[in-house]
Amino acid sequence: MADGALPVTRETFEADIGGDVADYVALMKPRVMFLVVFTALVGLVAAPGSMHPVLAIAALICIAVGAGAAGALNMWYDADIDARMARTAARPVPRGKISRLEARDFGAVLGAGSVICLGLMVNWLSAALLALTIAFYVFVYTMWLKRATPLNIVIGGAAGAVPPMIGWAAATDSISLQSFVLFLIIFVWTPPHFWALALLRTKDYAQAGVPMLPVVSGPDATRRQILIYSLILAPLGMVPAIIGLGGTLYSAIASVLSALFVVFAYDCYREREGDKADRAAKNLFGYSVLYLFLLFAALLVEQAFTIGGIALPLPWTS
Amino acid sequence: MHDAEQERKRRQRMRSLAIAWILAALVVLFFIVTIVRLGGHVADRPL
Repeated sequence: MADGALPVTRETFEADIGGDVADYVALMKPRVMFLVVFTALVGLVAAPGSMHPVLAIAALICIAVGAGAAGALNMWYDADIDARMARTAARPVPRGKISRLEARDFGAVLGAGSVICLGLMVNWLSAALLALTIAFYVFVYTMWLKRATPLNIVIGGAAGAVPPMIGWAAATDSISLQSFVLFLIIFVWTPPHFWALALLRTKDYAQAGVPMLPVVSGPDATRRQILIYSLILAPLGMVPAIIGLGGTLYSAIASVLSALFVVFAYDCYREREGDKADRAAKNLFGYSVLYLFLLFAALLVEQAFTIGGIALPLPWTS
Repeated sequence: MHDAEQERKRRQRMRSLAIAWILAALVVLFFIVTIVRLGGHVADRPL
């Protein structure tokens, strides 16, 4: 399936005997869903005021389903690309488990349902943000940018960065500077994260005709861009502490994590040949996932121990 | 061929069951959210 010479077209994919439930779950990109729900949860918890736990759970379910819808619609449109890449060839559509049209309808129904439910159960601002995110991911990133420009990940990354703002909007019915800072962190984190992966999969992307940065500008230019974005990300990771979203714990964790991010990025920039270069890119990719998770987990832990604006005594605070 | 038909039916049954469970969960969720959104004031309405 990884042979680029195969005449793979968008019309090729027909399901054999219908997908299993697990195939439909895979269609929703569960690992991406987890990160989306987690960052949305942090936005929701970090927001001022309180939200009824039932409504918070309902909001998170809607956000998760909305993210799954975006994933399914991405797999519908990108089935031809997915079939040509080793990393994605085992997805349900190129494997023939679910037909392209089924994937499209599944995604469309989930997307519309998640937005309507979020609007009816929580508020329409968060629903509008969710709708905008799904539409941006599908129409702007998947259908346009991904096949058109090496900046696909830079601009398209905005879709993956919105969930904390949706969580914040669900809790407060508003958009604020604080939630925008959380958006910015994920937005700037996305390019080095994906480019580290793209360095390892350059042949795959070239074969599939996706103009990722390493394919268009080469690995050295990509490594330079990774380092530049990492140097922007490092101070940005500290901003939540400056604007009052994070406290002592967050400051300590963010400074260590951000410094390490730059170290991994510099290692990736420095190592340009052979196994060492691959290992450096792999390390950066793995660490970037851990970085975002721990950064937002620090915010979550600190916010969880603050009730009604009063910080509860923690071992690390006096 | 017979095995494929059996497998197709099994998958269809699993999908139907999953949809049924999801619909049931949605009914419960909508009911609880309605109660939460109405709040305690629902008991104070004039009869």
